[in-house]
Amino acid sequence: MEFNNNIPIYIQVIEKIKQEIVTGKLKPGEKMPSSRDYGNNLGINFNTVARVYKEMEMEELLFTRRGLGTFVTESEDRIGQLRYEMAKKQIENFIFNMKQIGYTKKDMIKFIETENYLEGDE
Amino acid sequence: MSKLELLRIENLNKRYYNKTALSDVNLSIEKGKIYGLLGPNGSGKTTLMKVIAGLHKQTSGNVLVDGEPLSHKSKALISYMPTENYIYGDYKVKHVIRFYKDMYEDFQEDTALKILNGIKVDTEFRVSKLSSGLTGKLKVALALSRNAEFYMLDEPLNGVDVLSRDVIMDLIMKSYNENKTMIISTHLVSEIEKILDSVIFLKDGVIELQGDAEELRLSKGMSVEGLYKEVFRNA
Repeated sequence: MEFNNNIPIYIQVIEKIKQEIVTGKLKPGEKMPSSRDYGNNLGINFNTVARVYKEMEMEELLFTRRGLGTFVTESEDRIGQLRYEMAKKQIENFIFNMKQIGYTKKDMIKFIETENYLEGDE
Repeated sequence: MSKLELLRIENLNKRYYNKTALSDVNLSIEKGKIYGLLGPNGSGKTTLMKVIAGLHKQTSGNVLVDGEPLSHKSKALISYMPTENYIYGDYKVKHVIRFYKDMYEDFQEDTALKILNGIKVDTEFRVSKLSSGLTGKLKVALALSRNAEFYMLDEPLNGVDVLSRDVIMDLIMKSYNENKTMIISTHLVSEIEKILDSVIFLKDGVIELQGDAEELRLSKGMSVEGLYKEVFRNA
């Protein structure tokens, strides 16, 4: 994984894991690597990985079983919610950027529909 | 003093004749973290490490390791890798290993042999015949083969090619665990910043800035390297 050193590394790793959870690359209840292994794998300090796991536990996306390790949440509801949050953020970014170049919401919807961006992905 | 604190430096000054090398340095180093001691050549990094290692005596101020002033006991805790090439050139690598075994109680020969095998350093090689990349790797391998609590590596990436740098970073990461503490000095910030917990900027013998690497990225919106360039631009 290539990191952008301008952004805290733990935030970049959290984004990567979130993406893997919503796309199903990481399954509900799946065991995460130890922070040591994960750190070595990504070439980063394992304290950074420990921080990622801690933050994601607070967000209830991961959980720890003492002596067993860290696991992906088993709650499909939480994963659905995460997916919704991530999509919402993308849409908000999109709307913000479009407004910057002078589009109204109505213009945006029209643009997407007339350019057929939503076809062929069923 | 917190339980996590391994090293405490208070009001440290070091002068050589009329030249000030370190000026009113205060530092607290916590257990289980990797610190980057960052600054251009001549900023005092090597002097600071030599004082902590007990090789140079401070002009004034306190250096406490595990709450106690420097002594032969604290020296035994510290595995220090000097920046200069200190290994006797006529030795073969196996002689260097024997020397380390005699010298340091905590030296793990198995670990050293395993690392050297992994980085393709033959123990029959003569030290003076090693390339600078291999010499650099050998020095790091020797320092990391001690089962110490506290490692100080002075410029481990200096004078070493890009691929050897990756190997050295890998060695550092693999031997590091939550019971070990490391201070790594370098001016090659972009190479090393992603493995650092905390950074210390040393400028003309003064600590210009220190803090958690991630918090600095977050609050300044830039990389440690970017910040480094900003701090030292006029140095």
